[in-house]
Amino acid sequence: MTRDQVRQAVLDIIIDIAPDEDFSAIKDEENLRDQFDLDSMDFLDIVMELRKRFNLEVPEKDYPELISMASSVEYLFPRLKDWKLAS
Amino acid sequence: MAKDWLKGAKSAYDTIVVGSGLAGLTAANKLAKLGHQVLILEHHYNLGGLATWFKRKGGHILDISLHGFPIGMVKTCRKYWTREISESIIRLKNIRFDNPQFSFLTSFDKADFTRVMKDQFGILQKTIDDFFKTVRAMNFYDDLSMTTRELFEQFFPGRNDVHRLLMEPITYANGSTLDDPAITYGIVFANFMDKGVYTFQGGTDQLIKKMKKELLKNGVDIRNHCMVEKVLVEDRTVVGVRTNGREIHAKTVLSNSNLLSTIHKLTGDEHFSKEFLEEVSKVRLNDSSCQVYIGIKKGEKIENVGDLLFTSQEEEFKSESLLEPETTSRTFSFYYPEIRPGANRYSIVSSTNARFKDWANLSRAEYEKKKDRLIEKTLKALEKYVPDIRQKIGHLEASTPLTFKRYTKHPGGASFGTKFEGLQVSRNLPKQIAGLFHAGSVGIIMSGWLGAANYGVIVANEVDKFLHHLQHQPETELETANV
Repeated sequence: MTRDQVRQAVLDIIIDIAPDEDFSAIKDEENLRDQFDLDSMDFLDIVMELRKRFNLEVPEKDYPELISMASSVEYLFPRLKDWKLAS
Repeated sequence: MAKDWLKGAKSAYDTIVVGSGLAGLTAANKLAKLGHQVLILEHHYNLGGLATWFKRKGGHILDISLHGFPIGMVKTCRKYWTREISESIIRLKNIRFDNPQFSFLTSFDKADFTRVMKDQFGILQKTIDDFFKTVRAMNFYDDLSMTTRELFEQFFPGRNDVHRLLMEPITYANGSTLDDPAITYGIVFANFMDKGVYTFQGGTDQLIKKMKKELLKNGVDIRNHCMVEKVLVEDRTVVGVRTNGREIHAKTVLSNSNLLSTIHKLTGDEHFSKEFLEEVSKVRLNDSSCQVYIGIKKGEKIENVGDLLFTSQEEEFKSESLLEPETTSRTFSFYYPEIRPGANRYSIVSSTNARFKDWANLSRAEYEKKKDRLIEKTLKALEKYVPDIRQKIGHLEASTPLTFKRYTKHPGGASFGTKFEGLQVSRNLPKQIAGLFHAGSVGIIMSGWLGAANYGVIVANEVDKFLHHLQHQPETELETANV
């Protein structure tokens, strides 16, 4: 996966988790919780979806890495770069 | 021959959920949606645990615990159940307090509570703002040494009336007292203050029906009338359960039974370390409840006197006096026809907190007499608000801590699980026995509708992690074991 694909994958997950939020104006560098109505349960959902979709385990100590879109991509890209997306 | 309630059940599952309270049901649904094979075993003929109801002759439907959860339940139902369920949630706008210290109606949200505290109690705007800011910022990882009593003293020193206003509704929502850690108060109070108090339109029966439909759609195998006798453990690893005399295998067991019964009764002390049992021995159960159920005759009406009414004749507020058998502090839940549209019926449920020991060990006659006194005192209190209530009653009965124990199997009939220390023990269970998990009312903050449902999801995540690991990395685990 490329960085852009990782970003898209995270966005897809967040959209599925919070279908009533509008993410079109998302600011990658800003804290997700400051921009949207997301709580700690939503972050737990993101972790579960990453496990389900990409067989990736995010340990509890690494949860803060998912604080913004930019930090999520930074954290996930090295772990997902070898993942082949189904064409 | 007795009916085989396990007919057609498989011999093995990924997860067996023991008990079908809201935490168990929500965990089961989440795990099924993640692709796991799930079996729910429930001893009762209904699902829901304390999220339950019963029917009586004359068309009466009486809810046990439907009234009053925070707005967060909308999101939780939307994410972990269905849009239909989340859209059946409606707001209760008339929350009424009436006691010797104060009497008023509030919509029980931050704006209205600020108004009440300013106008009725003469508290400064800045103090109110600071208090809300403090409770809003509280979280699970904060310092535990401060009690709710100390928190109240810090902001409203010597104001027993304010303490009563802030504490009483939360005591009924999650069983906490002034002596519990302040964070257990702050988290729950802030949740309610966010946007007020909510309930399900359609009643508990419709809600559980919708949940059951969703569970079946997601492939969960649901079995009622199945009492789990034992969680089967080999080499500190879960292998299954024994239920109705039959063994069923499972990679994981998620107990939605009471935490202490899960450890001592279902699993057995012999499977746990001495240090862990030492921690378990410190876990205090929460108290139980008494309820009086009043079904109104068909065709009769009652005026709207509030959705929830916190009433008391006690001059001052003490957490402990809420538990006394002769307490005059009780909550009335008024169920108007809007709760079950189309049925055009009314019912009222009165709740008081209670101690098991005050009701246990009575003779049959003493027990019945005590119950009758509870009913009579309740009606007397209710007459103040609905003067002709006695003429309108179509059905009347009471439940006690013994009733709660009979239906939930909780030790002491605990209606809010365990005190705060139970949460860590619940979380540490899988470290003692691989594949054994617990979700249910623990630690006060994981209690009530929202707490229980969300804790179900939190534990479902742990179960999923465990199953995922078994599925994807069995070799690595073996290698580690050989080193």
